[in-house]
This record gives sequence, structure tokens and C-alpha cells, in this order.
Amino acid sequence: MNRRVVITGIGVVAPDAIGTKNLWTLLTEGRTATRLIRTFDPSPFRSRIAAAVDFDPVREGLTGAEAGRLDRAAQFALVAAREALADSGLVPDPDGAHRLGVSVGNAVGCTQRLEGEYRKLSDDGARWLVDHTRGHPNLYDFFVPSSLAAEIAWLVGAEGPATVVSAGCTSGVDSLGYACDLIREGTADVMIAGGTDAPIAPITVACFDAIKATSPRNDAPEEASRPFDRTRNGFVLAEGAAILVLEELESARRRGARVYAEIAGFASRSNAYHMTGLRSDGAEMAAAITAALDEARMAPSEIDYVNAHGTATKQNDRHETAAFKRSLGAHAYDVPISSIKSMIGHSLGAVGAIEVAATALAIENDVVPPTANLREADPELDLDYVPLTAREQRVDRAVTVASGFGGFQSAMVLAGVEERAA
Amino acid sequence: MTAVTTGGAVMGGRAVMAGRAVVTGIGVIAPNGLGLEEYWSATLRGETGIRPIRRFDPATYPVRLAGEVTGFEPKDHLPSRLIPQTDRMTQFAVAAADWALADAGADPAGLDPRAVGVATASASGGFDFGQRELQKLWGQGPGHVSAYMSFAWFYAVNTGQISIRHDLRGPAAALVSEQAGGLDAVAHARRGVRRGAPLMITGGMDSALSPYGLAALIASGRLSGRDEPARAYVPFAEDACGHLPGEGGAILVLEDAARAAERGARVYGEIAGYAATFDPPPASGRGSNLRRAIEGALADAGAAPDEIGVVFADAAADPELDRAEADALAAVFGPRGVPVTAPKTLTGRLYSGAAPLDLALAFKALGEGLIPPAGGGPAAARYGVDLVTGAPRPLTRSAALVLARGFGGFNSAMVVRSDRAREGER
Repeated sequence: MNRRVVITGIGVVAPDAIGTKNLWTLLTEGRTATRLIRTFDPSPFRSRIAAAVDFDPVREGLTGAEAGRLDRAAQFALVAAREALADSGLVPDPDGAHRLGVSVGNAVGCTQRLEGEYRKLSDDGARWLVDHTRGHPNLYDFFVPSSLAAEIAWLVGAEGPATVVSAGCTSGVDSLGYACDLIREGTADVMIAGGTDAPIAPITVACFDAIKATSPRNDAPEEASRPFDRTRNGFVLAEGAAILVLEELESARRRGARVYAEIAGFASRSNAYHMTGLRSDGAEMAAAITAALDEARMAPSEIDYVNAHGTATKQNDRHETAAFKRSLGAHAYDVPISSIKSMIGHSLGAVGAIEVAATALAIENDVVPPTANLREADPELDLDYVPLTAREQRVDRAVTVASGFGGFQSAMVLAGVEERAA
Repeated sequence: MTAVTTGGAVMGGRAVMAGRAVVTGIGVIAPNGLGLEEYWSATLRGETGIRPIRRFDPATYPVRLAGEVTGFEPKDHLPSRLIPQTDRMTQFAVAAADWALADAGADPAGLDPRAVGVATASASGGFDFGQRELQKLWGQGPGHVSAYMSFAWFYAVNTGQISIRHDLRGPAAALVSEQAGGLDAVAHARRGVRRGAPLMITGGMDSALSPYGLAALIASGRLSGRDEPARAYVPFAEDACGHLPGEGGAILVLEDAARAAERGARVYGEIAGYAATFDPPPASGRGSNLRRAIEGALADAGAAPDEIGVVFADAAADPELDRAEADALAAVFGPRGVPVTAPKTLTGRLYSGAAPLDLALAFKALGEGLIPPAGGGPAAARYGVDLVTGAPRPLTRSAALVLARGFGGFNSAMVVRSDRAREGER
């Protein structure tokens, strides 16, 4: 008997949208969350904008001690995990703790704390031999981000396999793919999985500045992230988390759980080309999409919606468009494709999981979220990118994709479960 | 609704036949030896790689010893354009992957690159590179930050660089579970092979011996401050007082057994079983789940405890953690029921690199019929651990168990089996 994996709970911390309902409202209204950076002085930087979460850890239910001990990425993850668990209605059974696992996607670790601690220990870069005596007691947790998985495991009482999946910008979807592997092979029955990242810090802004990957549209932050638009000029750095409850279908049914969608297929590929560059033909992303569809036993023509990686860099949006044409054939021209990064920016290792959540919500609500800020079509990009306005339409089967530094290309296929059960 | 257990995997709604995954190539970077043979012979001789830190002056730190890799000249092993864009741990990983592929006699160019994948572990990313760029940012200003920073310090960099160097376009993954990650990555590579990849490059590599890295390691509270290389890291000893950090690791070539046999490859052995667990919260007062990981790995391998001829211990050298490991071993194997070794006493703990290095030794041990000794003296009697120290001991059984625990409660266990065991079955 094949074990199938379904999403039964969703928790989200996103820019301008803490909570799953708020995310869905933001996405369907087509609102954008990019602003000038306020958490530090952005004036020395080329790109001074970001999509940040207005987040008070204590207001969101963490204790003062937790807020002090945890990097912002861990704080996001705990708030999202708590929402996901409550949403799923699952009450972890201590006797089944070893069948409950955790996999968390994260690209750049506990950047803010690592940088803040560095400044303190080095007197703002004045000394190479840092003063270890001034280190935060939890510095080691910031140093090795598997602490993110540990925190979630403690929160939910998981004693099965736990890990952080850190594949750069595909981490959020890859961690969910990893969780599916564990459930399908029988290692776990329930996985708390998703992604979290809080990279809005000077060091991250500086390193994306150095390669001109982020948008310098500082005079119009809300319009800066414009995927697939002719005038796009880079991605908008963001932060956030999405944590999902994944369950084996039969056990979810036995407890009468609400099922958002089934994760019907997942694949990852490497483009083996360049750490930051992409081959223009999109062959490896196309291969990932095709492999994920094969695993789901679906034809391209059955896909109702594609949630794009859509970062709004010149290169990515071309690469991805080529990949869709290559993998979906003529259907690439018919299927609606949108990038929610137009609204919530690019939160590196988190956004892939937020996009899986958004795709599941599209299936649940039969609405396709739009690509905000897409006003001027790029003649090179000739697919239907759902500009500006959400679209009500039947969504039963959808693909979400991710692409990242290091050459990682990932694709996941989601399907409404009622329709598939027949 | 039965869970598929031993050797089987259900992928994407269709069962995949239980392909065996065997190791056909090994590349080693260790503080006491570069390359598998040098490392193996140094380990057998009990030669230590623990020395006073030379990369920077450690006088102001409470930890002054470490397992630094010596004699590794990046320009001898990497194309010159890669050197400025990579951290030391990536230079290690790229070189070790080259060696592992050469050792396997497997030219990936002869394979379909779309099928060959990479899965590696890293605990702290390119941290030395990171500290340098942080210093540039805060000491000199944003314009001084390297264009390579965006990809030199993230945790996935080794997987990316190895895939690019050898044009490997199959499944790609990178995992972080501190020390346990080294086994988690190899297990994930085994999934890749079972799912149809003819070959996967896997393993783990870490190097965080910069001053800021050392400060972070010190904050873990797990390091030893002793200054005598032979007595500073002594797991299971009466005077155990923490571990020493090291750098390096191992990269393995994992291959479908049938394919390896077909091409007449030399096979070190099989990745036969694996399981991972997480400990209950520290405040719960309940014990470690390491035993469950060991039992899971044995079950996955279809191995009885008496098939295991040696255990490569996690060897934390912390009284409480040593006790937990000793108890887990006693519960599965009986008191002093299995020879235990900890060659990592000669290298320091290498975080993600540690367990892949132990896997490399385990295959050599099974092949040569010798258990390499742990450095330091015998175990304290109260632990009930049969720790192999001093001279190597004969190894007559066909399988070995490698354990790796990650800071925070991660437990991973892996059973490897020599291929001679299968020849015996036939």
C-alpha cells in the first residue's frame, strides 16, 4: 500500500501578514509589503528596501526568555509551528513521539544574531581575535542552525528524525520534500516541516548588493518587486516563515482532519552550472518539474496553476519561463502562472514553504493569487502571469517551483485530495 | 498500511525496488592524514592531529588545542579561480570529492549527468570566510564585501560547488543537524540511489577554526580546555572534560550495488541501515533516544546486534553524554558487549565531517579486519564500555555501527556492512 502525504495544518509569518488568514487576504488583494528598511540605517547600501514582518515576539505568544534566547528566524518558526499545529487539530500523542519528525528549511542560519554578536565581540570589526567572554550564552545555537529544528521539536514534542534542510533558496520547498520522503518510506507518520529565514541584516544586504541581485528601486519600495515585468531590476529581500503539518493520508482521515491538499510529487535537480547564474534554457528546472509530475502521475495539461519562483531578476524570470515551456509544452501558454514574491518579497529559505502554503490555499479556495506590480509586459516573457488581480477559478492541481544559488532547482506538485481520492 | 521497512522505499506513490547502496569511493581530509590510506595508517598508529592552534594566536582563549588540517595547499588541489571564492571547508570538500571519484574509478562524465546527485552536510557553513567579510563590512564598509560572500558561507555551498565541478545534475541536497548531519546526508544519498540515481556524492565537511568560530564553539560549553594533546579529549575516561574541535571530513561515492558490480568497481561495503531520532526536551527528565536510533538502524539493516563487530562512538567526552551513550550501547549489546572505538580523539570532533570520516574508517576496518584504537587511556570501568585503546584489535565480524549525536538532541545511527559478508551468504 502506498503511503500518501497530505497537508493538514498551516502556520505563516509573512511580511504584513502574521497568520495564514492574513497571508491569504494579502495575496488575494494583491497588496505589497516592501518598505524602506527601518531596523538599521540602510543609507550606505545600494538596495535599501525589504519586505519585513512587523513582529513582536511576546505579542505573538513567546515568552521574554524565548525572545532573548532565540534568533528572529527561530522566533518566526515557533510562532508558525504553533499556528500550524493548532490549525491541524493534531494533539501529539507522547506515545507516538518517535513517529513525529521535524524538517525545517533555512538558507542563511541565524544571520541577525551572528552579525550582532560579531559586532559586539569584535568591537565593530576592530579585532580579528574576537573577545569570546562577551558572547551570548546561546551563541552556539546561532552558529549551527540545526537549533531551529531542535526548537520546533521541543515545541511539538517530536522525537523522530529532525533536521534542517539548507539548500539556499530552495530550502523551504526542499524541507517539505524531505519530510514527504520520510513519511512515504515509513520513517515518520507526521512531519512538522517548512522554512524560516530572517536575513534582513547589513551583511546580507551587503552581499546581495555586491552582486546587484536585489532591487535598488528605493524611491518606490512597494513597486520594487515586479516579477515578469519589463522593468524588473532585482529581487526584494524579505523575511518570514511557513510551517506545515504533513501527515500520512490514512492517519489524517482516521482522525477526521481537514486536508488542504496532497503533496503528490517532488523533485530536485542541480544545474551544475554556476553558483549564482542560470542556464537560459531552464533545462534542469524543467527536469525537476517533469520528474515531480511523473511522481504525481500527472500530465502537464492537468495543471491548473503554477506558483512561480518569480524573483524579478532579469535572469530568473527568463530562465523560469523557458523551464515552463520546456516542461509543460503548449500548456505553458494556457496555465496561469504567478509570483507571490511580488507581494511578500524573497525570504530565501522560508519563501518556498510560504509558496507551498499559498498553493495549498489556492487549491482550497479556488483562487489564483496575482503577480502584483506587473504593469509592463516583457516581450520576451509571453506566458499568462496573472497581472495585478487575483483570479477565481477551479484549482485542483498545481505546481510550485524554486530555484537558488548553488544551482538548486526544485518542483512540488500539490493536488486537492477529494478529487484525487475518487 | 504497513510501513515499508528494511531496504524498501515508497516514492511518489510507487514502490521502488530496494536497491542496495554501496560505497565505491572515499576522499578524506583529516587533521592526521590527507587521503584515505594516509588517514587509516595514521589512525592505526595512534598518531594524533591534535596540536596547538596555529591559524591564529589562541593565547587569549580557554581552548588552545584543535585538530587543524596541515599540509593542505589549496592551489595543489583546486583550480585557481575557485580559491578566492571558497571557504576552507569548501576547498576541502571539492578536493575530497575529486579524490573520492578518482578512488571509485567512476568518471561522472561517462554517466548521464542528469542522474548523478549530491547530498552533503555542513554544520557551520563557510565560517572563516564569513568572519573575514563581516570584518570588511564593519571595519571598512559595505563596498568592501566580496561578491562571493553571497554563496561562500551558506550551508549548501559544498553541494553546489561539487555539482558544478563534475556537472552533476541529479538530486541535490544539503542538511544541517550538527554532528548527526554527517549521517543524515549519507542516508539521504542512499534514498537518491534507491530512487534511481546511479551514483551520489555524499558526506560532510566542516571547518570553523577562525577566532569567531572558536568563540561560538566555546559557547557550546562542550570544549576541553586542557593543554596536553593526549589528555585533552578523552571520552569515557574518569577525567573526561569535553572535546576538542577539529576540521575536515570525508566525501563518499555512493553507488547502486548492481551498477557497481556491473562495472567491476571495487566495493568498500554497503550503507545497510540508518535511523535518526531526537531527544525529549532537556527539562522533561526523560533519557536520550540514542538507543532507539541504534535499534532502528539495526532493524533497517536486518542485522542482529551480534553481527556488529565494532561501534564508532559519538564520544562526546562529557560525563552525562558519555553515560547516555554507554547506557544505549549496553541496552542493545549488553554491558561491554561490543568493542567500541573513538578515533575522533585523534582528530577532534569534526561536526558534519566526523561521521563520514568514521564511515571511511569503518569500511577500512571491515576490509582489513582491524579495529583502529581510540587515543587516550582505557574507559572508566563505571561506563561498562569495551573501549579499544593502545593497539588495533582484530575485527572478525562483518558489520560496524557508526553513531553521531548533534548538539541539541539529534541522534543518528548507521550500520555498514562489508561486501564480504554477502559473498559469504552466497
